[in-house]
Amino acid sequence: MSVIGMKTALSAMVAGVLLAVTAVQAGDLRGTGDMGVIIERQSGSLLIVESTGKTRLARVEELGDFSHASVKFSRDARYAFVFGRDGGLSRIDLLRGETRQRVVQAGNSVGGAISQDGSLVAVSNYEPGGVHVFSSEDLGPVARIPAEYGDEGELSKVVGLVDAPGQRFVFSLFDAGEIWVADFSEPGEPDIRKFRDVGRQPYDALITPDGRYYIAGLFGEDGLVLLDLWDLDAGVQRIMDGYGRGEEPLPVYKMPHLEGWAAANGLLFLPAVGRHELLVVNPDGWREVARIPVHGQPIFAVARPDGRQIWVNFAYPDNDTVQVVDVASLEVAAELKPGSGVLHMEFTPRSEQLWLSVRDENRVEIYDPDTLERVATLDAITPSGIFMTYRAHRIGL
Amino acid sequence: MPDTLGKAFRLAVMFLGLAACFPLTAEIDEERAGELRHLLIQECGSCHGLTMRGGLGPALTPEALEDRHDIGLRAIILHGVPGTPMPGWNWKLSEEEAQWLVDLLREGVE
Repeated sequence: MSVIGMKTALSAMVAGVLLAVTAVQAGDLRGTGDMGVIIERQSGSLLIVESTGKTRLARVEELGDFSHASVKFSRDARYAFVFGRDGGLSRIDLLRGETRQRVVQAGNSVGGAISQDGSLVAVSNYEPGGVHVFSSEDLGPVARIPAEYGDEGELSKVVGLVDAPGQRFVFSLFDAGEIWVADFSEPGEPDIRKFRDVGRQPYDALITPDGRYYIAGLFGEDGLVLLDLWDLDAGVQRIMDGYGRGEEPLPVYKMPHLEGWAAANGLLFLPAVGRHELLVVNPDGWREVARIPVHGQPIFAVARPDGRQIWVNFAYPDNDTVQVVDVASLEVAAELKPGSGVLHMEFTPRSEQLWLSVRDENRVEIYDPDTLERVATLDAITPSGIFMTYRAHRIGL
Repeated sequence: MPDTLGKAFRLAVMFLGLAACFPLTAEIDEERAGELRHLLIQECGSCHGLTMRGGLGPALTPEALEDRHDIGLRAIILHGVPGTPMPGWNWKLSEEEAQWLVDLLREGVE
């Protein structure tokens, strides 16, 4: 066993003992509004945490391969739906700290979404390429949408799956270069609208907080693609075309994620792909307002909920660094070195805490985003994604 | 085998197009091996999965690599695959280290 493996196992044992003491007692009444979950990447476990006392409440284990994992919450914020790399979909009871249902619904998955009314959970799959839809009550199967394309009926990997108003799911086909809108507003089979030839290799996407615009990043081209969900007949539109200005892109050691909308000044902040820049876009006309030079290939650009800052982390080999962009001046205002392997950042909904995971050091750090002081540290096993329950009540999250 | 001699030998072999039949012998010290394993699992794992069963990038399990030659795999690791998200790692890895990773993948990382 490697040193890291031994340390991980040891910290898992220690953590197990500690958590047994602090786990949520079934009889205690409490809300879930200050709770959250943290993906523990290498051990395939999930930490349940709360941000009032900044503590860990429970660990849920044996959830599979979390090399890529994401979380959605039920509309009552009682349950977390966890999507693992190995196709595992688990429904976790946050209050009891236990798995209620778990299905392995595909061979290889990348993420998921929960429907507007909370009744459906959709998973985007690489293998077999497509989207599988389940009941959020019991994870019973509801629909399968194979991502077939071309004359041979090949299956495309599916990325950038989000929920949209009108009981719709929107997603992108990486291999096919298509965007599909699946409408589940009527019972039975979904109505699917397909937009073809949107651009090469859409790798991730976001939906604006009002649920109107779906924007996919393209790996194979210099630009982004936009779909107005209020007017599907208008089709897709290319925006920020040629943002790389024809320069040779830098190598990308990890694919960026598109999840960074700042309400302040009504601007959108996006990681550029293959450049060490944040793109700043004004949705009014989809014009480039600025590009902010940053420390490396940005992975996440996370907006503080009050819109005052954007926190940015980076791909390997720069993943020991975080930069804080001041939205008012559009400049990098601070740089932090929290440790090796900063994989994700998450704010509390009113912006007073910023949580970030430091994978290689088995820690989650909590910062005061105003003073940039560290206010607490939690032990976690190779932590990656951090998800607070306020997401339950946000379109696209 | 002294390193320079090894390089000359490999070069000759490559010219003959027979490199796949003469795999590199990789001598990697324990500390570097730990770093390489960490790099493989964490960074390569971002796209290929922590268990190398694939993700945005293809699976790199022993079965998936059965029909692939060492020389081709080393070239992909070191120089990337144009037109895909696979970047080259030659700024970080030597040819020997790329081969060490290929050997590890052939054994299986689990």
